[in-house]
Amino acid sequence: MASHGIEIKGLYKIFGPRGRDYVDAVKAGLSKADLNEKHGHVLGLKNIDISMPAGGITVVMGLSGSGKSTLIRHINRLIEPTYGEVVYDGLDVCAMKESELREFRRHRTAMVFQKFALLPHRTVIENTVYGLDIQGVPRSESTKRGQYWIERVGLNGFENHYPNHLSGGMQQRVGLARALTNDADILLMDEAYSALDPLIRVDMQTVLLDIQAELKKTVVFITHDLDEALRLGDKIAILRDGEVIQQGTGQEIVLSPADDYITAFVKEVNRGRVIRAGTVMRPLEGPTDGLRLSSAMMLEAAAKEMCEQGQNRALVVDDAGVPVGILDLQTIVSAMVTPAATEHQQIAAE
Amino acid sequence: MATCEFLPNALCSFPAIGDQYIRETRKVIDDGFKGIVREYGFVIDAVTQPLQVFLNSFERLFTNSPWIVVLIAMMAIVYAGSRSIRITVGTALAMCAIGLLGLWNDAMITLAITTVATLIAIIIGIPIGILMARSDRIQGTINPVLDVMQTLPSFVYLIPVVVIFGIGKVPGLIAVVIYAVPPMIRLTNLGIRLVDKEVLEAADAFGSSSSQKLWNVQMPLALPTIMAGINQTIMMSLAMVVVASMVGVGGLGKNTLQAIANQFFTYGFMNGFALVAIAIIFDRTSQAYGKRLQKHSEVVHG
Repeated sequence: MASHGIEIKGLYKIFGPRGRDYVDAVKAGLSKADLNEKHGHVLGLKNIDISMPAGGITVVMGLSGSGKSTLIRHINRLIEPTYGEVVYDGLDVCAMKESELREFRRHRTAMVFQKFALLPHRTVIENTVYGLDIQGVPRSESTKRGQYWIERVGLNGFENHYPNHLSGGMQQRVGLARALTNDADILLMDEAYSALDPLIRVDMQTVLLDIQAELKKTVVFITHDLDEALRLGDKIAILRDGEVIQQGTGQEIVLSPADDYITAFVKEVNRGRVIRAGTVMRPLEGPTDGLRLSSAMMLEAAAKEMCEQGQNRALVVDDAGVPVGILDLQTIVSAMVTPAATEHQQIAAE
Repeated sequence: MATCEFLPNALCSFPAIGDQYIRETRKVIDDGFKGIVREYGFVIDAVTQPLQVFLNSFERLFTNSPWIVVLIAMMAIVYAGSRSIRITVGTALAMCAIGLLGLWNDAMITLAITTVATLIAIIIGIPIGILMARSDRIQGTINPVLDVMQTLPSFVYLIPVVVIFGIGKVPGLIAVVIYAVPPMIRLTNLGIRLVDKEVLEAADAFGSSSSQKLWNVQMPLALPTIMAGINQTIMMSLAMVVVASMVGVGGLGKNTLQAIANQFFTYGFMNGFALVAIAIIFDRTSQAYGKRLQKHSEVVHG
């Protein structure tokens, strides 16, 4: 399946009866607080520009009230934008007519919700085929497809249970199976795992990563958890007060946070799982034999590999297997413990 | 009164409009009303004709069938609805007691009109409830009408019904339906409005059309509330059947009315008992059915 990227261009959302009238004022610099106080309108999103890569997971991260759930609802237009474009496969979602929008939602998108939003009167299998029911696929066909995804998310044997009879983690598996059965290019996950216990959450992240490695959908994942964002995201956008304050790969955000807000955010991160060997390696010198590690390897994994092999020096190789640098335990440990600010200066100095 | 000596008469006893004017006005309105009824009698007949046929066929079905067939059918329906042996046996005992008291035929007539009235109330009430749930403006228009219908003493709207439709079973039926339909409308509206917003959003996100949303999500999730509405409607039509006996509805209600007029204490009590028994049968069955519908929402895990 050929996926397409999603381009969000200059998107504004102002909540209130006359939101449209204030777009120009906001563009000219009217602040969120002033808009609320003087005009009684709430600024939801301000000048959002994000390009979400095709076949990758884009994580939108922010605390509550940052506008992240509002943003994801613009992609399938559950919320009407005030101004701006959301382009998918050459089509502006914001300009679609109602019937086009319905077709777009039926065939191009699937969504997983924070509070599961399953139909309580339908069994697991009936919930799973819900999207196909809407498309008008006959049950004989849809049940087969639903059954496959029920097995993939590990709900074998629960087909005829009702959602309320399942635990939260299992209910969200149903939510995921329902979205995947739809076989849409875009998978929207709105804080899908935020209501789950930490262990189950990690488990579900693994399920998503496994399935994604195979399907290569364009996934938009909303979370307030930086660890989750770093684990899942090919690209991360951080939102605050309706504005994107930084976007890039996890490594870019951890190594060079855009401001104090993000610096505070990334302080507690396990850097060994974010920074890659290629980023901190030293220039190539000395012998070119011994342990070889991929430059895309995370530092933690690299350190583990080196310890297991009893080496404290390894050769870093690129995708083609050509040595590009060397890594020793000393470098790894210092990269893993150095606070972001000093690391940033070091990289700048180099 | 002592104070009236100091007060002008107009402030003491309320100055009513003269009898003359009232009489005139009354005459104009009444004559106009009757004129319209006479003028459009054929329209009224056309409207009431199907009701008459509907009601009569139900009544014949209930009264002409052998009692044992009716009893077995009732037990089957009660069991199918409630899945409870206790309620089924209770129904059989109550109906036998009614039969032993010689009230079987009257009970059948009451049962027929209650069934017909409830069916009509459901057919009218659910679509209006759905419309109300869809639009705040329609809700704002219909709600005051329902308020009036529910606060108006039941005797009062027998008057226009009798003036327009005359005396008989069908006018009685219409009065019963008018009295019994408000809870059906209100609870359908409420049930649909209370459907979880998140689930509705999910339905939208998967591209549901508004009729798919109604039948896949809103109606099933509102069903327990709608069932409560049906239960209320049944109870209210049973209550109104007694009042409607004043305009010519037969059955247990008529007997009760006669008992009141003639001070037949025991006879009145027996008929009252029969009505209560039928009410309890309807109530228990429909409630047990409603509860069974909600079985899926029992939470097993916390």
